[in-house]
Amino acid sequence: MNNMPANDDLPERVVEIVAAFTATEGPLLPILHEVQASFGYIPPEAIPQIAQLLNLTRAEVFGVVSFYHDYRDHPAGRHTLKLCRAEACQSMGGEALGARVKQLLGVDFGDTSADGAVTLEPVYCLGLCATAPALMLDGKPHGRVTDERAETLIAGCRS
Amino acid sequence: MSMTIYIPGDSGARALGADDVAEAVGAELAQRNIEAKIVRNGSRGLYWLEPLVEVETAAGRRAFGPVTDADVAGLFAARWLESDTHALALGTVEELPFFKQQTRLTFARCGLTDPLSLDDYRAHDGLKGLERALALTPEQIVQLVTDSGLRGRGGAGFPTGIKWNTVLQTEAAQKYIVCNADEGDSGTFADRMIMEGDPFVVIEGMVIAGIATGATKGYVYLRSEYPDAIAVMNRAVSIARGAKILGSSVLGSAHAFDMEIRVGAGAYVCGEETALLESLEGKRGQVRVKPPLPAHEGLFGKPTVINNVISLASVPVILDKGATYYRDFGMGRSRGTIPIQIAGNVKHGGLFEAGFGMTLGEIVDEIGGGTATGRPVRAVQVGGPLGAYFPRELFDTPFDYEAFAANDGLIGHAGIVVFDDSVDMRHQARFAMEFCAVESCGKCTPCRIGSTRGVEVIDKIDADPEAQITILTDLCNTMKFGSLCALGGFTPYPVMSALTHFPEDFAPRSQQAAE
Repeated sequence: MNNMPANDDLPERVVEIVAAFTATEGPLLPILHEVQASFGYIPPEAIPQIAQLLNLTRAEVFGVVSFYHDYRDHPAGRHTLKLCRAEACQSMGGEALGARVKQLLGVDFGDTSADGAVTLEPVYCLGLCATAPALMLDGKPHGRVTDERAETLIAGCRS
Repeated sequence: MSMTIYIPGDSGARALGADDVAEAVGAELAQRNIEAKIVRNGSRGLYWLEPLVEVETAAGRRAFGPVTDADVAGLFAARWLESDTHALALGTVEELPFFKQQTRLTFARCGLTDPLSLDDYRAHDGLKGLERALALTPEQIVQLVTDSGLRGRGGAGFPTGIKWNTVLQTEAAQKYIVCNADEGDSGTFADRMIMEGDPFVVIEGMVIAGIATGATKGYVYLRSEYPDAIAVMNRAVSIARGAKILGSSVLGSAHAFDMEIRVGAGAYVCGEETALLESLEGKRGQVRVKPPLPAHEGLFGKPTVINNVISLASVPVILDKGATYYRDFGMGRSRGTIPIQIAGNVKHGGLFEAGFGMTLGEIVDEIGGGTATGRPVRAVQVGGPLGAYFPRELFDTPFDYEAFAANDGLIGHAGIVVFDDSVDMRHQARFAMEFCAVESCGKCTPCRIGSTRGVEVIDKIDADPEAQITILTDLCNTMKFGSLCALGGFTPYPVMSALTHFPEDFAPRSQQAAE
């Protein structure tokens, strides 16, 4: 991805991040959140380094990274669209909306559109169940989303 | 008197354009040179009317909704700040039937106040519970919570006072209070609403729990899908620390208590208490075998109270108004109030706090007003993705832990998802298995393997209905009794309820088409 920052400063940045959590009990998740916030994903080369700094095995750190849906092992697109697939949204046509969004982006859940504009992620509930179907685009919630609204939002991501 | 305009900052209202409304109102005020303060309050919980804007003047507080940014110029043209002539005028929220029929104890302030104003919080009875707690012994606080009849609002319904007493009685140099804010159940948003709309009540509840059990450190495990709640809670903790509600001397007393907000990473199973503790420790969110109970060996092996957001947020009012006051609401062994979340395909969706005991039919048909699509209600799922689907025939079931259990269902976190007659119940049963397969932590076989086999078996029903349904029933039995936690153990509820109450949807497709 040409839009992601280069990882040249990765080792220094990981040391900085881990150092910021020395007083934190059970610091691995907060550290990983920070690494992902800095780089857009968890760079594979960060895993052995985090393991060494926390006195854990690489397997333990990798196990945590791979367990949680939020952590990515490669960069996302310029925008992240989380579309709710859970029951409350299903009851209001969420599956049809999901199909339309997949078609618009030309991808399946978990993938990034070919132009690098949007990564489509499934999410199981955004707590917007009384305003279904719902999605979240770059952290901003959208409720009662129609096909037209989804088209406008996606067009906005591509412009 | 100065004028205040309340425009919810709640993410449900933001999802419907509340930010644009706030911007448009701000611009009109500036252009017209009107002096008014805009407060981004929590939601009142009437989501079909969101964004619900309220104007407060000396004459009282009047509501308008649902307001879009396109309505704003018209509202000013209709002199909405002084009069109720505009078509979107609703009068006062307290007089709207949906609100008037509620008993707001836990959500008393939500939507009424500025969520991050401690002055507002105090002016609306905030901190009274904590002040009362500081005048009592830990044993007296625990007794009061026990006497109130409060049961865990996360879903399990375990008596909160008994949990607290176990931690109080367990000797340890360090104990913890953990607030479970991993509200992953579809159809539920009560935790989100209270954290965004009245964050100090959660903090106050946790401090009281700390004083009652001798715990000095608290964690809120908050799901990453709730960025607004994370932001509000973090600011509220920092404000509470500045006001000495948190710190080495809680409100000047000898008690110390501090807390942190921890963000989850998108794993549904972390709503299970032992998986949550593992996750807080920085591990994979895998379920622990019980015993030992978290109350004996919880976070980092220390005695830990782990309670849902709503359980903790209900504690301040219990301390303030007394155990009897709270216990007098409700029915049977379900005491107090429950914030029911009415969601999905429903006309009047939102949060409805009431004493236990209303029937499911009253909630769906009368309060919820039936479906949003106008088609007949066919099924309602109560209690999230692990809750049973109820048909109309069971709409006389009262909202009560035991009554739901007697009908092979559960209240869970009190979310209700309404479906109209276009729903395919075999598809919903399949989704329940699929969801379990995606979210299983993998520790126990019935859940890890059973869920995947469940999807396959449902897919084979058309080819050989009788045999496959026998296998599915048997599989559900194995998952129910053989799984380590509620994920694998309760997935059979939606599956078996769909099969039991809607058998026609499990008939071969060729037969269904012929009917």
